[in-house]
Amino acid sequence: MAGAALLGRLTWLVAEVVDAVQETPRVRTLVLEADGWAGHRAGQHLDVRLTAEGGYQAERSYSIASAPGEPLGITIELLDDGEVSPYLVEEVRDGDRFELRGPIGGYFVWDGSGDAPVLLIAGGSGVAPLMSMIRHRAAIGSRTPTRLLYSSRSWDDVIYRAELEQPAGGLEVVHTLTRSQPSGWTGYARRIDAELLGEVAWPASEGPRVFICGSTRFVDAAADGLVAMGYPPLSIRTERFGATG
Amino acid sequence: MKTEAMKVDGNAIGGLLIEIFGTDVTGSIGVCGSCGAEDYVATLEVYMRAPGVVGRCKTCGAVMIRIVRSETRTWLDLSGTRTIEIVES
Repeated sequence: MAGAALLGRLTWLVAEVVDAVQETPRVRTLVLEADGWAGHRAGQHLDVRLTAEGGYQAERSYSIASAPGEPLGITIELLDDGEVSPYLVEEVRDGDRFELRGPIGGYFVWDGSGDAPVLLIAGGSGVAPLMSMIRHRAAIGSRTPTRLLYSSRSWDDVIYRAELEQPAGGLEVVHTLTRSQPSGWTGYARRIDAELLGEVAWPASEGPRVFICGSTRFVDAAADGLVAMGYPPLSIRTERFGATG
Repeated sequence: MKTEAMKVDGNAIGGLLIEIFGTDVTGSIGVCGSCGAEDYVATLEVYMRAPGVVGRCKTCGAVMIRIVRSETRTWLDLSGTRTIEIVES
């Protein structure tokens, strides 16, 4: 849109895929280079636009998983009836190009400021923007007490698993595996509920900052549970994704 | 695609809202014209069915924002929103 370009708001840029990492059987991270990309804040997302030969266009939003200052990475989950995710997860190769614009969002953002503990709650691929915060935290040497409560269907569905097994100081990672668990699993094995939150989350009196990302149902369950624990609703920042793949 | 499948939240239309308002408003507080609830624009329940976008209050479900776009025009209906407090970040 010419007006947007004139005002310097958001401009579509050409991005080139420079690397791809298969995170799990259904999830891939694409590392992108885009001339004119101005950098991002941890937790922000970008819009991707694909254009078919006939001119048909499809736009989707994806969270940025890389830390500010690192090569730009987005993590995409394959949705079987999606229009865009099958292409990005299964087809795209190094050197392929598509359009993106961003960064977008000033709400679901953590810059590393403040002393309040940080509670991150992720359902499935909702871990992506939280991973940007975790990576940013490590990059700036933050000692802010931080907990990631991460719900996955199975151990094989855990995205960034190896990296999360080597957490930086002051970061605790708590997994719950809702559908199947490896033999000998001693961790949580159910959906997030009030009792689980009571064990993992700080008391509301410590004033934690909260970021929750996942499906609508997941976000509602986690946020409602924290409000019941006395967390002020406006201290809880949420990002929901629908199956718009 | 099923209607329910196209339900997202206000974060997902952050780019579209930047085009309209010229700045990010996902972290701005909006007040629902129906129930008076105050919440972040990011928490709107958003239904996307091109070319239209509808955002509903998370508390009462009333429509707070409608956006329809064509190549050359953007039609914005905020009649269901009492106020939005935009703070430059």
